[in-house]
Amino acid sequence: MTLDHGFVEKRGFLLLLLILVTVSIGGIVQIAPLFSIESTIERVQGMRPYSPLELVGRNIYIREGCYNCHSQMIRPFRDEVERYGHFSLAAESMYDHPFQWGSKRTGPDLARVGGKYSNDWQTVHLVNPRSVVPESIMPGYPFLLERDLRAADIAAHLRTLRAVGVPYTEEMIEQAVADLHAQAAPEGDHDSVLERYPKASVGDHDGQPERLTEMDALVAYLQILGRMVDFTAIRAEDLRQ
Amino acid sequence: MAVAATAGVVPARRDYVEDVVQAFVVATVFWGVVGFLMGTIIAFQLAYPVLNLDLEWTSFGRLRPVHTSAVIFAFGGNALLGTSFYVVQRTCRARLFGGEQLGWFVFWGYQLFIVLAATGYVTGITQSREYAEPEWFVDLWLTIVWVAYLVAFFGTVLKREEPHIYVANWFYLAFIVTIAMLHIVNNLALPVSFMGTKSYSLFAGVQDALTQWWYGHNAVGFFLTAGFLAMMYYFVPKQAERPVYSYRLSIIHFWALIFLYIWAGPHHLHYTALPDWAQVLGMTFSIMLWMPSWGGMINGLMTLSGAWDKLRTDPVLRFLVVSVAFYGMSTFEGPLMSIRQVNALSHYTDWTVGHVHSGALGWVAFVTFGAVYYLVPRLWGAQRLYSLRLVEWHFWVATLGIVLYITAMWVSGIMQGLMWRSFDHLGFLQFSFIETVEAMHPYYVIRAFGGVLFLLGALIMVYNLIRTMRGEIREEEAMVVTLPAGARAAPAE
Repeated sequence: MTLDHGFVEKRGFLLLLLILVTVSIGGIVQIAPLFSIESTIERVQGMRPYSPLELVGRNIYIREGCYNCHSQMIRPFRDEVERYGHFSLAAESMYDHPFQWGSKRTGPDLARVGGKYSNDWQTVHLVNPRSVVPESIMPGYPFLLERDLRAADIAAHLRTLRAVGVPYTEEMIEQAVADLHAQAAPEGDHDSVLERYPKASVGDHDGQPERLTEMDALVAYLQILGRMVDFTAIRAEDLRQ
Repeated sequence: MAVAATAGVVPARRDYVEDVVQAFVVATVFWGVVGFLMGTIIAFQLAYPVLNLDLEWTSFGRLRPVHTSAVIFAFGGNALLGTSFYVVQRTCRARLFGGEQLGWFVFWGYQLFIVLAATGYVTGITQSREYAEPEWFVDLWLTIVWVAYLVAFFGTVLKREEPHIYVANWFYLAFIVTIAMLHIVNNLALPVSFMGTKSYSLFAGVQDALTQWWYGHNAVGFFLTAGFLAMMYYFVPKQAERPVYSYRLSIIHFWALIFLYIWAGPHHLHYTALPDWAQVLGMTFSIMLWMPSWGGMINGLMTLSGAWDKLRTDPVLRFLVVSVAFYGMSTFEGPLMSIRQVNALSHYTDWTVGHVHSGALGWVAFVTFGAVYYLVPRLWGAQRLYSLRLVEWHFWVATLGIVLYITAMWVSGIMQGLMWRSFDHLGFLQFSFIETVEAMHPYYVIRAFGGVLFLLGALIMVYNLIRTMRGEIREEEAMVVTLPAGARAAPAE
C-alpha cells in the first residue's frame, strides 16, 4: 500500500481532524505534566497570598504594562545573581495569576526589588524617574500620586483568586477591606495585617499619610517582591526540580 | 435564482463574494499604517522618554500592546481573513459559504474586536499576556467571530467544485483551527464580576508561563507563519505565472511544520523556573523546525524557476520573493536563538526585538504588500496598478528601513547582553544597569528612523492604491530591461 496524500486532500473533515490531532500533541506532552509532576514547584517556606493592598498594587502594575519592560525572573547566572539576588524559584510565582516573568529587560529585573529602595525613593522615582536616575528612559507616573485608591470590591477579587487556587482564608476575605486600609495607614492595625500577611510593608508609602492613593498600593507591591521566601533555610536539594 | 440558473454549475467570476474581500483589503492597509505609526511612536519614546508625556494613556507600557496588536491582529489578521476568502473561493471554485451576510459579520465582528482590544489597552484594561492582552469579554467576542470565520471558510472548502483541496487552503485551515485552540486555552480566566472588566487567569506561575508561551510562540507559528505561507502558496505562483515548485515538498513541510511548531514554546523560558526537561524539549523541537521552515522557503523561491528575470521588471513579485527570503533568514535565526547557550545572551535584549521584526517587517508585511498590490487592480476592476515605479520606491524605502531596524537591534541587543555579563579584573560587575541603558540610545534613534522609512513606504503604497482604485494609470517609463542579444521579447498581447 502506498501512502496517497490525495486521499486526504479530497476529504475536508479528514484533513481538519488530522490537523487537529497533529497540533494537539506537543502542547499536551509539555504542559500537562507541569500540573502533575510534584517537583515542578519547589517546597520552600514563606510563600503566602498577596495582601489586599499588594494585590491592588499588582493590578496597577499590570494595568500600566510594567511587564513590557521589566522581567521578574532572575536566571541562574553569576552576573544575574550578583546584580539581582538569588535566582527565581517556581514557588515564588505559585500564586501569581497571571505570572509576570516578562520577556524583555528595557529596565532592570524586579523579582527581588522589594526592600532595596525606600518607599520615598520608589515614589519619587515613579513620579519622575529622571529626578533620581538621570539617564533613565522610563515613563513618569505622576498621576498615581493624585488618584485615590478605589478598591471597594477587593473581597470579590480575593474570592475569585481563591476559586482559581490561591489559599485565601475566609478570615482574609472578611477582613480584606480593613486590611487594605490598615496596611497603608500610618497608625493602622499593623499587627493583624502582619499576622495574616507576614513581611508586608506597612505604613504610609507615598509621602501623603492622609491619603490612600494608587501610589501607596504600587509601592507596597514592589516592596514585597522577592522577599517572601526565607532563603537562609533552604538546602540545595530543596530546589531540585 | 435567475442569475444562478444562467451562471451554470461553475460560478462565474462575478458570483464570488468580493466586496467583503475589498473591505478586508482596505482594513489591512488602514490598520497597517496605524500599526507602523504606533511602532514608530513608541520607538521614539524609547529614545526620548519625554515623549511619554507623563500621561497614563500615552505611556510606553500602554501603547506597546496597541502597536503589537495593530500589526499582528489588525494588519496581519485582516490580510489573512481577506486573502483567505479570496483564495478559498477561487481555488475551490465555490462562492463563500454563508454568502455576503456571513462574510460581513466576520468583517465587522473582527473590526469590533480590534477596536475593543485597542481601547482597552489605552485605558489600562489588559490581561498582561503578551499578544493575548484583551480581557475576558473581548476574548469571548473573538471566539464567536472566529467560529463564524471557520464556518465560512470550511463551509466553502466542503462545497468546492474542485476535487482536491489546494495547498494554500491546508495552511489556512491549520491556521484557523490552531489559533482557535490556542486562543481558548490561553485565555481561560475567571472574571471578578460579570459587570466588570477584570479577570484572573486560571493558571499561575510556571504553568501559566508555559501556557502563555505555548500560545505566544504559536501565534507566531500559526498566525504569522502558517497563514502567511498560505498567502505565499497562492500569490507567488500567480504573480510569477509558474506552478508551485514541488507538490511533494509542500506535503512534507506542511505536516512537519504544524507538528513541530507547537512544541517550540519553552524556548521563550530558557533558564527560568520552568523545569529543564521542558526547556530542552522546546529547544530540540525549535532546532528541528528549521527544516520544514526552509522547506517552505525553498518551495516558494524555486517556484520562480524559469521566471527569475521577472524580478527585474515586476516590483510586486519582488516584494513576494524578498518576503520569502526574509522568512528563510528569520527561520534560521530563530532556531539559533532557541539554543540555550545563545539564548542566555539574547534573551531579555533587543536581539529578540530585532528577530521578531525581521519576520514581521520582512516576511509578514512584505508578503502582504505583494498580495495587496496583486489584489487591488483585480478587485477594483482596474487595468493595472497606477504606478509600478511607486511600488519600486515603496520596496526600496521599506527595505532600507528594515535593514536599519534589524542591524541596530543586533548591535544593541548583543552589546547589552555582553555588558550585563561583564566583570572587571577584580571580579565585580563592570557596568551598572543604567549604563547599559545609556549605551542603547544611538541604536534606539537609528531603529526609530528605520521605522519612519517603513511607514513612509506604506504611505507611498496608500497613495498608489487610491489612484489605482480610481482606475487611474500614471504615465511613466515602462519597467523594462535591456535584454541580452538573442533573447526573445515578450509577445504583444
